[in-house]
Amino acid sequence: MPKVSMVVNGKKVSGDIDSRTLLVQFLREELRLTGTHVGCDTSQCGCCVLHVNGSSLKSCTVLALSLEGANVVTIEGLAQDGKLHPMQEAFRENHGLQCGFCTPGMIMAAVDMVNRKGPDMDEATIRHELEGNICRCTGYHNIVKAIADGAQKMGVAPQAAAAE
Amino acid sequence: MYAFTYHRPETARKATNLVAKVEDAKFLAGGMTLLPTMKQRLAAPTALIDLSTAEDMRGIELKGRNVVIGAMTRHFDVANSTLVKEKIPALADLASMIGDPAVRHRGTIGGSVANNDPAADYPSACLALNATIITNKRKIPADEFFVGLFETALEEGELIVKISFPIPSKAAYEKFRNPASRYAIVGVFVAKKGSEARVAVTGAGSGGVFRPNRLEAALTAKFHPKGLDGLSFPAEGLNTDIHADAEYRAHLIMVITRRAVTKALAK
Repeated sequence: MPKVSMVVNGKKVSGDIDSRTLLVQFLREELRLTGTHVGCDTSQCGCCVLHVNGSSLKSCTVLALSLEGANVVTIEGLAQDGKLHPMQEAFRENHGLQCGFCTPGMIMAAVDMVNRKGPDMDEATIRHELEGNICRCTGYHNIVKAIADGAQKMGVAPQAAAAE
Repeated sequence: MYAFTYHRPETARKATNLVAKVEDAKFLAGGMTLLPTMKQRLAAPTALIDLSTAEDMRGIELKGRNVVIGAMTRHFDVANSTLVKEKIPALADLASMIGDPAVRHRGTIGGSVANNDPAADYPSACLALNATIITNKRKIPADEFFVGLFETALEEGELIVKISFPIPSKAAYEKFRNPASRYAIVGVFVAKKGSEARVAVTGAGSGGVFRPNRLEAALTAKFHPKGLDGLSFPAEGLNTDIHADAEYRAHLIMVITRRAVTKALAK
């Protein structure tokens, strides 16, 4: 079987995998990093969003083998030294989740959004940027509030995003 | 998804050499369409040739009066390129409207054009801007490239290496999205270069992207929304599906073309 190596949350990992293994399968089934979820498996819902080389990606629609040597950050890689990432903290404080299934993807998409758009996004921008993330519980309202809040907090404490 | 062997060549030339040797191989660009299709077992190639490390297929450059974009350039890169934004802002605008941010970080212009999905955005830009599709073998004018639904002039094993877009004097893209999938129910790209206006419509035609000749003639005579006054578009040859029937699409073509022309004039 082909071998793949990459850096996941700052740690070098590798595995012998079937060529058809998707990145999300490699993470969940080989590395047991189950924070990244599989919702629709058709690249629509965004539950599997994570960061590859600093950009958001839907990990259900990329082959693990394509990412040889890549730098991957999952939801498990955001908190540092037992302290939640400011965006995670903002979701907690603003009640930005109900069942929590979409939350890892929402948070990873949110952090990517702030990295590209900066801390001062208006509501319309946040809603537009969330086009690829679906939540069936909240009606998005508190997610949008959480992202605006988290963006401000990331702006104040950019060093907390150093895991990128 | 069925099993396949996996290849990752470093250059376009190595990729085309491989495809000639390996039986039933398919090129993998960003994979935003091919991988979902393989998951559904609608495609089952026995080998994939992943182009993601073919560095010579990436990048955006100015060549004379053309913006030339490597086939493996991501939508995100086109949308944010200073060069594209300066020379053909309508193209950057179109790229920023494809899919969602995560999809734009992976999907590529070459993949979209080669796939020729009848609701894809890029084919309309190629057609309206009179682009040239440059493959490993030849240069194909956009007018001859898009043959039908998911069908192009590409031959077996032929690979798009880059696409060359002549810089227009005015251009814009507008689309009317399906509210759920966000794909274009009707998308219209308008471009003016010299005295000629070109228009391309995506999402609506039963044979894929097409140029509405009468609208082009009207806009060549007067590149202004008023130039379209009194015109209507026939419903024959347009798609009917659960989202919109042919009459509705015909109506939308006029509405979206007017919006696109207004947008092009505003720049």
